[in-house]
Amino acid sequence: MTRTTLHALLSHWWRSPLQLFTLLAGLALATALWSGVQAVNAEARASYSAAATTLDEGRYDRLLRRDGQPIDLEAYVALRRAGWLVSPVITGRLNNVRIVGVEPLTAPGSMGALEMADGADVERFLAGQGQMFASADVADRLPEFEVIISQNAAPNTAVTDIGIAQQILGRPGEIDSLVIAPNQPASQVDLQQIAPDLIRQQAQASTDVAQLTDSFHLNLTAFGLLSFAVGIFIVNGAIGLAFEQRRPVVRTLRALGVPLRRLVLLMAAELMFFAFIAGAVGVVLGYAIAALLLPDVAATLRGLYGADVSGTLQLRPSWWLSGLAIALGGTAVAAAGALWKLSRMPLLAGAQQRALAMAAGRRAWAQALGAGVLLAIYAILSVTAEGLIAGFTLLACLLVGAALALPFVLDRVLALASRGAKSVTSQWFWADTRQQLPGLSLALMALLLAMAANVGVSTMVSSFRTTFTGFLEQRLTSELYINTADPAQAAAFVAYATPRVDAVLPIMFTQITIADQPTEIYGTRDHATYRENWKMLEGAAGHWDTTFAGDTIIINEQLARRAGLSIGDPVSVQGRQMPIAGIYGDYGNPIGQAIIGEHLFETLYPSITPDRFGLRIDPAKAPDFVAELTRDTDVSAAQVINQAGIKALSLEVFERTFTVTTALNILTLAVAGFAILMSLLTLAAMRVPQLAPAWAMGMTRAQLGRLELLRAVLLAMLTAVFALPLGLALAWALLSVVNVAAFGWKLPMYLFPLDYARLGVFALLAAALAALWPARRLARTPPADLLKVFSNER
Amino acid sequence: MNVKALLLCLLPVAGHSQGFAGLGTVVDGFAVPQRDKPFDFPADHGAHDDYRIEWWYLTANLKSDDGTDYGLQWTLFRSALSPDSGSGWTTPQLWMGHAAVTTPTAHYVSERLGRGGIGQAGVNADPFTAWIDDWELSGNWNTMQMSASGADFSYDMGLIAQGPFVFHGDNGFSVKSAEGQASYYYSQPYFDIVGALNLPDGKVPVEGIAWLDREWSSQPLGANQTGWDWFSLSFDDGAKLMGFRLNQTDGTHFTSATWIEPDGTSTPMPDGAFNAVPLAQNGQGVPVDWQVTLPEHGVDVTVEAINDNAWMTTSVPYWEGPVTVTGSHEGRGYLEMTGYE
Repeated sequence: MTRTTLHALLSHWWRSPLQLFTLLAGLALATALWSGVQAVNAEARASYSAAATTLDEGRYDRLLRRDGQPIDLEAYVALRRAGWLVSPVITGRLNNVRIVGVEPLTAPGSMGALEMADGADVERFLAGQGQMFASADVADRLPEFEVIISQNAAPNTAVTDIGIAQQILGRPGEIDSLVIAPNQPASQVDLQQIAPDLIRQQAQASTDVAQLTDSFHLNLTAFGLLSFAVGIFIVNGAIGLAFEQRRPVVRTLRALGVPLRRLVLLMAAELMFFAFIAGAVGVVLGYAIAALLLPDVAATLRGLYGADVSGTLQLRPSWWLSGLAIALGGTAVAAAGALWKLSRMPLLAGAQQRALAMAAGRRAWAQALGAGVLLAIYAILSVTAEGLIAGFTLLACLLVGAALALPFVLDRVLALASRGAKSVTSQWFWADTRQQLPGLSLALMALLLAMAANVGVSTMVSSFRTTFTGFLEQRLTSELYINTADPAQAAAFVAYATPRVDAVLPIMFTQITIADQPTEIYGTRDHATYRENWKMLEGAAGHWDTTFAGDTIIINEQLARRAGLSIGDPVSVQGRQMPIAGIYGDYGNPIGQAIIGEHLFETLYPSITPDRFGLRIDPAKAPDFVAELTRDTDVSAAQVINQAGIKALSLEVFERTFTVTTALNILTLAVAGFAILMSLLTLAAMRVPQLAPAWAMGMTRAQLGRLELLRAVLLAMLTAVFALPLGLALAWALLSVVNVAAFGWKLPMYLFPLDYARLGVFALLAAALAALWPARRLARTPPADLLKVFSNER
Repeated sequence: MNVKALLLCLLPVAGHSQGFAGLGTVVDGFAVPQRDKPFDFPADHGAHDDYRIEWWYLTANLKSDDGTDYGLQWTLFRSALSPDSGSGWTTPQLWMGHAAVTTPTAHYVSERLGRGGIGQAGVNADPFTAWIDDWELSGNWNTMQMSASGADFSYDMGLIAQGPFVFHGDNGFSVKSAEGQASYYYSQPYFDIVGALNLPDGKVPVEGIAWLDREWSSQPLGANQTGWDWFSLSFDDGAKLMGFRLNQTDGTHFTSATWIEPDGTSTPMPDGAFNAVPLAQNGQGVPVDWQVTLPEHGVDVTVEAINDNAWMTTSVPYWEGPVTVTGSHEGRGYLEMTGYE
């Protein structure tokens, strides 16, 4: 019996291969987008963790020179002789490969979890003969070295002995940092006595790449999730339609004695089988998407955060399993309602053809009610939400609520429009559009979500870019930055530069704790540079005046949020109480920062003298000044950083980010367009009885086709109009709730009307393209088919 | 296996090489010990870079005020990748330090590794200083200082020599196998030692006796030798015995010993004269109680570990700990056993 029943059920798909295709393709596309994004994220994270084991990525505490200069060998040996178990690390780039030089005998733990391959020769590694460990793609880029291929090597990184690294990087005798082993001897000389110019950087306070890049990954994950939601709407639509159309089959089967339980189980099994197939196809597609995106993502991450991510994809079980799981889970969610209805259906009920439309009509109010409840929850959460889970709940309520509200809103809008209709044709057009709405609503919901996701995510990314470039402007106001080697050089430099440039701005800071938070405190000179460029998120009146006068302090947002500080709160620095006069945005910085006036800083920390300087100078004169500086003084060109170069690099990075975002935008819109196409094609056959009377009354088939196209574009346009505020609400939730919960800083939201307009055009284009084929088919319906409607009508 | 573990294995072990810790492997280019070559002091207290392996090895039997027995070890190994001195990071000379403190109930171990050529570790012959990181053994061979530290212990000791150097084998040419493998080997077994141990429970003032071994070679073991059991025993009557048993793959042994009179006169003992038979094993299968005999000098003693679990959890693991001696002679000493992994 099972076999016969299954055969009867499956025969539906044989008769409607298009529906089967919709189901499979929708699910596969949804899974592809989801797993593609997950693959990119998984690859990046795997890269970070591989990098973290190469010692210089913040797993261990480190010692650094206070002035950022290299540490010399004598300091290293002095520390070892004083009982400090430290190990030297040097990093640099060669052929755009990051070279990490380590000292294998003293390095704590394993040295980068490098699996040794055959042919590794430890003597050569240690005895300075140039052996390196790296992945295969890196080996190709270092042809002049003996590279041992290592599976677990961090991407784009070659690990070698420090002696070799110093030599090939052209930095003999230099050490960038000293990694501190976790287990230190019981007796140890105080660090200040041996190496007063070194500071200890806590592992968690050092540049934690994963923390910085989380923001970027959150964007991608949000995109993946939204894309999947779009896909699930498609699947839900396809399954709902299939169940409605199979009602007669179900009725007949049950009348023939097939138990309901078995029927439901069989239909569930059938769907899971499809989900499995579609999921597998989706994972393969996802792999392709990820492989296409990854090089850009890798470039973005490298440029933005200096994080090296492998540009080549590895098949990781974690993400393809999660892709399959989400395909099966998504199908289960989409099918649960249909199966539940089926199990509750009276034995002989529901063979009516119009069940879908009628049920939709009845459901409309319930749906609108549900939408209202969800949007109300959103409204409440948007005020109260704190934390990541609340943030995501907020997003879910907003998206599902808005999607559910869409048919209701569209129906009201169409009803309003039909009132203004004068001619018969236009009245029929509006009425017919309303009639068609239930059948198209799922596809339109998908379009709505796709567009909202695009508006939301591109607003987020663009706001991030605007903020970040503004932030770079603010931080890198000085045209040139100079690092001096020692106080003598610093003094000589100040004396030399002061008469030749507009301003010399000393940069001096030290590590302290404010309100129990690790904080870098800066002493800042009273200059227009700061007054004009540093934007406060919140600031008391005259905050720069009082701060430069030494009466107040200005802190960054991270410190304010973590310590729960706000304007006017007193904080203690070296026992001195000062109220907070301003809070500034400090994007991407994981630790607290504070600014006090230069003179106060000198009083509080007399031992710290500035060794870095910002120079204000006419940009046109900067190159000449640098040439003269390096000629007349012992400051070398390597000690001079030109701000324009940094900015250009940052902007280039953002362009990469946009490539990724644009690619994802186009993909989600394509998915939504596909949903519209499938819905229209499915509806086409059912609509012939409704079109036949219009044709019989004198409308040509071409006219009907044109109206069909117009209708699709109109509905898409209305959806687009609705999607805009939804997308903005989404962007707001991402920037102001989720970002704050995840990273402790809020991104200001900017609007990009041109982008939205372009997106709207794309959406209309997608809808028009999707409607073109069904409309053409309609225009070419054989008159005989239309006539048959009348002869067949009962 | 990761790089570091592999590096450690080379220092001086290589997994596939012969004998314990690769000491039975022939390596070209290194100097080979020669019979009848006179020692040249103080230069010979320093490092011999053209030999593959060398050590400065001090063990001490200590007692605290309340009579508790303690053992102490301070060792610096030199292992050369090639027979050059080199300079900076490229030097092929690698250094390894082992320090331990043994109590009747605990065994504290620490290991340090370092590169020669940069000043992190090395040995100066005159004035004598041997060091790795903050560990140091220095002095004029009459009075010396010694310190070491680990995560859970440290010590600071002073040493005063009460007798002459003792040269093992044929005037310091110590044969290790029937095939003639040999090393240069001399000792200062007459140190009085006093100082303090810093242990997790607090500072313990101690005093006792110490024995320092100096040995260097390029292939000290035969290819078929898998490890050794080495004894340095100080009897209460003032006589001392250094004896070792090299274990061979066919189950036979090669033994060698030096009998040291209270005045420092020493007599080398040929293969077979010295006998050591295991009596009991610890839970790890390492024989910690021995019957040691040297019939020629009327020695028939039982040697028992003060702490059975004196296992050195270093990159090349072995057993090393203080022992008590009972039987024909009473006394104390140190036992080292390798090849029991």
